[in-house]
Amino acid sequence: MKFVQNLFDATRPAVTTGKLKGLYPLHNALETMFFVPNHNAHSGAHVRDAIDMKRTMVTVIFALVPALIFGLFNAGYQHHLAIGQIESGWANFWTLENAMYGALKVVPMIAVTYIAGLAIEIYFAYRNKHAVNEGFLVSGLLIPLIMPVDIPLWMVAISTAFAVLIGKEVFGGTGMNILNPALTARAFAFFAYPTYMSGDKVWAGLSNVDGVSSATALGQYATTGSTDYSAWDAFLGIIPGSIGETSTVAILIGAVYLISTGVGSWKIMFSAVLGALAMGLVFNGVADLMISPEQQSYLAVPFYYHLVFGGFAFGAVFMATDPVSAAHTERGKWIYGFLVGVFSIMIRVFNPAYPEGVMLAILLMNVMAPLIDHYVVNANIQKRLKRAQTVQA
Amino acid sequence: MYLCAEIFAVMPNVHSVRNGLDLPILGAPEAIVDGHLSASVYAVRPSDFRGLAPKLAVKEGDRVLAGDILFTDKVNPQIAIASPVSGEVARIERGEKRKILAVVLLADSQTSYRSMPAGTPANREDAIQWLLSAGAWSLIESRPYGRITHPEAQPKAVFVNGMATEPLAVAPSVALAGREEDFAKGLQVVGLLSPRTVLSISANETAPALTKASGVEIHQFKGPHPAGTTSVHINRISPLNKGEVVWTLNYQDVVVIGHLARTGNLKLERVVSLCGTGIAKPRALTAVAGAHLETFLSAEMKPGAYRVVSGSVLTGASVGTTGYLGYYASQITVLPEGQGTDFFGWVIPSFGKWSISRTLFSWLTPSKKYDLNTKQHGEDRAFVVTGLYEKVFPFDILPMPLLKSMWSMDLEKMEQLGAYEVVPEDFALCEVICPSKQELQKLAEEALDLLYTEMN
Repeated sequence: MKFVQNLFDATRPAVTTGKLKGLYPLHNALETMFFVPNHNAHSGAHVRDAIDMKRTMVTVIFALVPALIFGLFNAGYQHHLAIGQIESGWANFWTLENAMYGALKVVPMIAVTYIAGLAIEIYFAYRNKHAVNEGFLVSGLLIPLIMPVDIPLWMVAISTAFAVLIGKEVFGGTGMNILNPALTARAFAFFAYPTYMSGDKVWAGLSNVDGVSSATALGQYATTGSTDYSAWDAFLGIIPGSIGETSTVAILIGAVYLISTGVGSWKIMFSAVLGALAMGLVFNGVADLMISPEQQSYLAVPFYYHLVFGGFAFGAVFMATDPVSAAHTERGKWIYGFLVGVFSIMIRVFNPAYPEGVMLAILLMNVMAPLIDHYVVNANIQKRLKRAQTVQA
Repeated sequence: MYLCAEIFAVMPNVHSVRNGLDLPILGAPEAIVDGHLSASVYAVRPSDFRGLAPKLAVKEGDRVLAGDILFTDKVNPQIAIASPVSGEVARIERGEKRKILAVVLLADSQTSYRSMPAGTPANREDAIQWLLSAGAWSLIESRPYGRITHPEAQPKAVFVNGMATEPLAVAPSVALAGREEDFAKGLQVVGLLSPRTVLSISANETAPALTKASGVEIHQFKGPHPAGTTSVHINRISPLNKGEVVWTLNYQDVVVIGHLARTGNLKLERVVSLCGTGIAKPRALTAVAGAHLETFLSAEMKPGAYRVVSGSVLTGASVGTTGYLGYYASQITVLPEGQGTDFFGWVIPSFGKWSISRTLFSWLTPSKKYDLNTKQHGEDRAFVVTGLYEKVFPFDILPMPLLKSMWSMDLEKMEQLGAYEVVPEDFALCEVICPSKQELQKLAEEALDLLYTEMN
């Protein structure tokens, strides 16, 4: 501890005044990671809450851990299952082989995301002379978790770079972005490299394996109107899908943690679920009106199935709740969350080109969030004006 | 049956404040008034008076009586600041560009007062003239902006604050004990100033001086801080619209005015809470505005690195151990200065730290109090988290949009979003709990100053 402090102290002159000036943001980021600095309140209130941005962000990372661990095992399980190495069933799920396979795929993805993203963050911190913000700590873990396991690492790197540059830094960095950076990365990959982001090969590491496939439940729904997977399997998570999205149970654990710590907005999560259920119910009601039998069958899927298939749960808990890109007002959060739910299911069911609608629904609502806030704020303004008029009258 | 009791409890004049926070801080004062803060040097600092540009009325070496004018406002010369003690003007402390920092007085051992005619004024004009000529006008603040009021203003009401919910404050019942007569007399004078006089008291108040106060409209408030702040009272009882003015006073200022009416002497003495864990024996005592703290604190403070705050931990000013008590201050808070760095302090689950969030463990022990120090616990960051300020901001105002309009100095938006209804101190709790460590009081202060300059 003392040794680490000495190390930082010894290297500080080099990065503040010496030749390595450009590395100061990196030095500062590392030092403040090891030691919360001895800053004291210097204006206004003399005491401060012990929470800071780092703790807020690390809370989200903790909440992601169950989904990450499950994703590691599931990546291996789906692969080994597809190539016929193992029988399906829980007995073959929590095995070292599965974990090893998953880790070999996922850990490099995480490393690449952090390296690519943080390098850009540190560059901009240097360029704009501010400290490295913590926002990317979460984005850097979210990005791998919403990618298919088979995506090449260079695509991860480019998607991440795109998200950080165009999704965040051009708007002024953490806190200023309009779109959720992690979803921006996924959207970029989705449209730039569609063959690596959809289909029935990429979810189980089968790109180089001929003759076997592993389609996602939503992929099957979009083509045939039904799926081979049971809702129970989907709830538990032993189905193909993006790394972190499959297990609703693991995501729920994260959700409980986020809500209990107060870091994630329960209003957004709850209203997103309400929106999805409402849309599902509407589809159930109008299923008979559809022309094609596939559509009829897809619309007739029990409305609550939508909560456990695909990335809805992950999106609602970890993506829609991003405080920067979500609605900022408390009333706005209800509307925002509800519409995220509605559009997720609408896009999912009605647009066969996008078997998963959550990503686009949240990005759309990210763009709409300021508009929602505008009306909520305006209502407050109108109320105040009305009060003034009543007094004058 | 309980339901019935609940319904009956919600009478029109009882207001419940739900959003807020009673800071769990150790060092509460004992509920007795014990002793007097004696000092031989006093100072009056223009910075205690928001927006006032001082024009000196005395020079070094002048002899003054308690109640004599030390300086006036350049813009409104009627606004005059009176000396709290009698003695000699020892020096005028100046800063950059000869800005006046303080008028320092060497006090007589026995205070002599500039005598005013005692007795209650007859009507509003008399009362205003009488307060102005006695040097007591500085006790009346006006909203919007929270500055000393202009005598020509026509307030729709006067709000007397009979509460003290700031951390470690002395209960009004303690501070008023023995001063009931002055308080009642003061209320009579204050009652002349506007068509409506509102006295806000705690729902648990027991002191008859407050609960049975006559000639005023009594409103009761319950709930955590800021339930006891004038801003909340105004917001709940008669919110300020654009163009409206209210005048506000603290109950201790009413006592000063009452004493003036009774004796003719402007005695700027208050019951002050000597509190915080840096104080060996936290308690209430009497103190005269502007008292030099050095000699007194050297006997009262524990050894160690402490911050001396004139006022509360939320809104007070750090004055140092050699500083002076503020002109309006009713608290001297001495709290530990933060020391050293925290190894992985942002991720290690530590039980000794306090947070309103549930990311630490303090929520498991809601009644536990902490020896809070001045640590910022993190670095300055951009706004990220939303929906947090609302938890401690019990106004019908959207805090984040208002703060953002202040940030961008958008006067029209500020006005629309309720800037007239707040003073910088109302953002103190938001500032405490902000994970991005934003300096919100400073921001609001600058924004409201600009709004004032543009509107007047």
